[in-house]
Amino acid sequence: MTNAAITPSPLLPRLLATSRRFFRWVASPHVVLSLIMLAVMFYMVIIPLYRMLMTTITFQENDLRYVRDAVAGEFTAFHWLRMLTSQISKIMTYEPLLHSLTISLGATLLSFTIGGAMAWMVVRTDMPGRKIINVLAVVPYIMPSWTIAMAWKVLFNNGTTGGVPGVLMFVTGQAPPDWLSFGPLPIIVSSALHYYTFFFLFVSAALMSIDSSLEEAGELAGASRWRILRKITFPLVIPALLSGFIMTFSKTMGTFGGPNVLGVPVRYYTLSTMIRSNTTISAYGDAFVLAILLILFSMLTIFLNQKIVGTRKSFETIGGRGFMAQKTKLRNWRGFLTTVIVIFQVLIAVLPLVLLVWSTLMLRTGDYSLSNLSLAHWIGKSDVSINSGEPGVLRNPAIYRGAWNSIKLSLYTAFFTAFLGVILGYAIVKGRGTRLAKIVEQLAFIPYVIPGIAFGAVYISMFTKPVGPIPPLYGTFALLVVVSVAKHIPYSSRTGVSAMLQVGRELEEAAAVAGANAWQRFWRIIFPLTSTGFVSGFLLTFITTMRELSLIILLVTPTTAVLASMTMRYIENGNEQQANAVIILLITLVLIGNFIISRFRGGSLKKGLGM
Amino acid sequence: MATTITVKDLTKRFGDVIAVNRVNLTVEPGSFLTLLGPSGCGKTTLLRCIAGLEDPDEGEIYIGDKLVFSHAKGISIQPGHRDLGLVFQNYALWPHMTVFKNITFALEIQKLPKSELEKRVKEALAEVQMSGYEDRYPREMSGGQQQRIALARMLAYRPKVFLMDEPLSNLDARLRMDMRAELKHLHHVAGATTVYVTHDQVEALTMSSKIAVMKDGLLQQLDTPDRVYHYPANLFVADFIGNPKVNLLDGDANGNNSVTVGDFKVEIATYGMSGKAVVAVRPEDIAISTRPDPGAVEFIAYSVLPSGADSTIVAHRGDIEVTVRVMGISKIRLDEKIWLKFDQQALNLYDKESGNLVVAK
Ligand SMILES: Nc1ncnc2c1ncn2[C@@H]1O[C@H](COP(=O)(O)OP(=O)(O)OP(=O)(O)O)[C@@H](O)[C@H]1O
Ligand SMILES: [Mg+2]
Repeated sequence: MTNAAITPSPLLPRLLATSRRFFRWVASPHVVLSLIMLAVMFYMVIIPLYRMLMTTITFQENDLRYVRDAVAGEFTAFHWLRMLTSQISKIMTYEPLLHSLTISLGATLLSFTIGGAMAWMVVRTDMPGRKIINVLAVVPYIMPSWTIAMAWKVLFNNGTTGGVPGVLMFVTGQAPPDWLSFGPLPIIVSSALHYYTFFFLFVSAALMSIDSSLEEAGELAGASRWRILRKITFPLVIPALLSGFIMTFSKTMGTFGGPNVLGVPVRYYTLSTMIRSNTTISAYGDAFVLAILLILFSMLTIFLNQKIVGTRKSFETIGGRGFMAQKTKLRNWRGFLTTVIVIFQVLIAVLPLVLLVWSTLMLRTGDYSLSNLSLAHWIGKSDVSINSGEPGVLRNPAIYRGAWNSIKLSLYTAFFTAFLGVILGYAIVKGRGTRLAKIVEQLAFIPYVIPGIAFGAVYISMFTKPVGPIPPLYGTFALLVVVSVAKHIPYSSRTGVSAMLQVGRELEEAAAVAGANAWQRFWRIIFPLTSTGFVSGFLLTFITTMRELSLIILLVTPTTAVLASMTMRYIENGNEQQANAVIILLITLVLIGNFIISRFRGGSLKKGLGM
Repeated sequence: MATTITVKDLTKRFGDVIAVNRVNLTVEPGSFLTLLGPSGCGKTTLLRCIAGLEDPDEGEIYIGDKLVFSHAKGISIQPGHRDLGLVFQNYALWPHMTVFKNITFALEIQKLPKSELEKRVKEALAEVQMSGYEDRYPREMSGGQQQRIALARMLAYRPKVFLMDEPLSNLDARLRMDMRAELKHLHHVAGATTVYVTHDQVEALTMSSKIAVMKDGLLQQLDTPDRVYHYPANLFVADFIGNPKVNLLDGDANGNNSVTVGDFKVEIATYGMSGKAVVAVRPEDIAISTRPDPGAVEFIAYSVLPSGADSTIVAHRGDIEVTVRVMGISKIRLDEKIWLKFDQQALNLYDKESGNLVVAK
């Protein structure tokens, strides 16, 4: 009966049918969106990475100074050899690398100790005041990561490298030793006090996700307490622990603020600060070699993480559910421990702010007495004897421009990120199982493995020249938006995918059957149902962008400076008090933003700490 | 005017899985076709292909005269332009819209005037006995009520074709019975050509004009419920339909209208067939007696399972097991000798090798 179907039809109709099918496939919404997303990510991630790599293996204008017969643009192994094998490689590469590793390892271990111990006490003991501890634990993480480093300087600066002498010196009359003022120890401690939150949340989630019935089963079977811990609890928490470990490690590897405030003055360079110092003298080839090393290290840690914990799991470890029946009894220690922890938390949350504010109120530098307090740095008129003649921050148009830039950057980034999130979520979820969707998903993951400062470096090499129809963006505000959005792609796609997964595919199909076209389905069904995800994605990106430094530090210019980068510029120019005033402004903005978020999200901040 | 649905040589693959395999079927105008089969046999996929939610790999689909899908011609009409309504297994009511909005969504897209919208909603809700629920949100209703709203949503835009994917499977047994009756009534009133997916054979037998039995993507039999039950086209259908299950007795056909099963003979029209064969006899087509009877075979009562209106008796003779169903509560005791007589008119013979029903040539 079906002879007609078997006899091959003539060529022309067959070609027609094939092309119709092809165009129908291309025109289906998720394919269109996937292709657009591919193009966007290609432009935002792949091309910049490629350009960066090319820069390291060709001569740059700048190199003509060192290499006599070099021709700009020609292929060369010069940068790699110089950074990895020459005489200066020790200072340029290996020492910074060692320092970065030391700091990461130290900060990770310390934050693990603090965060892990606190998490255990909060989750597994009958300690009172757990709610308060939970809330306070998040505070240091909300603030810019180099806040504590700056406060550290206010407290411990010994004046050997100039700058404002610290409180300790004022009180004791003696300069604190160098190891306490600058270098690895202060950097490690100040980073750990910021990142411990990260660990705290990680470990408490892991501990909470253990089903206590497993442990009870062990107890019923007659196992001893220690045996249960060793045989049941540890195997269950260890993947999460390791994952937290590795992620903290890779985060601190790429951090810029702390090492810049507390390391650079004593020439204690890390990879991130060394990259910066190379870009400031336009030695891009050298800077990019370091950036690539940094990326490789970050990829290695994440790769290890995935090997150990299983693919992508680390990306979503937070959020374990479970119920803990059995808690260790602390008896007489209960009240005491809570008091100690709360005091500690308040100290590291509040003391830095007090110190920073105080330093900005000091008229004559280094004199912390009450009689020396003044608002000159805030509202004083321009006076050559103070701050090299810059007016008080609240009279300074540059500060207002910076604040406005910060807000603008955060708003744009948040909007585009949330928007990309919805589109990526749609493209990935609707295309589940197709190769196209898989490629989109994997591409979206790439920025995650590139540390902030390296990502910024990637963007230097891009956009100095026009790319296709897009004009050169270097030095523009738009570039800051592009880089911030690009860096957020992994998070936005994750938020988008999980929001989209909550919308069963039948809901859209029902609308399709009812006659709605793709546009109507999106705006009337998909968007309303994912809008809470959109809003929370928006707000969280807003906050994280506001306090982002490593990512944009290499890309800002005086006109596009944001508050975060201004703190660094003031420090580098020796105007520490103004730097402190600016970071106080920044923190104020961040806290206001957070307040708004907690209104919106019922106070739950944990979900979106950018993990 | 009701329409015909015609499916020609339809194939749909998911990677290596052939979910629908060269299926041909026609649904008569205004009739009620049920797609029946075990889990994973491709019922949902076939339905979704008809709806336009999946793009098949081969074949053609017509709704009325309209070619809505053709692989060879590269045609695939959007679901919204096929003039059909679909009720999903999980209802798929839009959670952010009230009942009213859910029902009027499609009508708004057709740009019907407001007065018409209200009239349609009223009518549709009355038809499913949910008047007065206009302002509820889906989460504020029970499963059964959501089910009715999903139906109302489909009824309101008056499609020519109704498609339903296990619409009753999330309801409890009692509600399911009630809804079956209502669905059948609604179909009768609306007169729309209906394709209905279920894996519940009772549902299929009670509601359909025709049943399409599927297995592994292949259409096994397309027939009236009566014929599917009494003349299953192959052993799979025979085994799948009926509760308790049909008795399948392995034997040797000797070409002269009898089959040897174990140590006894069953008289049956063999249409000249000989060799390995299977005799199928429904449990209710066996007469049972506690006394020897000419033409009856002696068995031992192995187990007796009364269930109110009828009783199921499992009988053994050597390796051979036979299930018998009798009306009322059976008085037969365990291990008692019983004599079974097969109703000759009701026997079916299958070729053991191909599994197909043996019929007159
Ligand atoms: N989107 C898909 N991707 C891959 N395989 C699929 C997909 N949808 C269905 N299948 C496969 O196709 C086959 C038929 O699936 P289908 O959903 O049509 O079965 P069904 O008869 O409706 O079963 P059930 O009674 O369980 O609903 C199954 O093997 C299933 O695993
Ligand atoms: Mg199904």
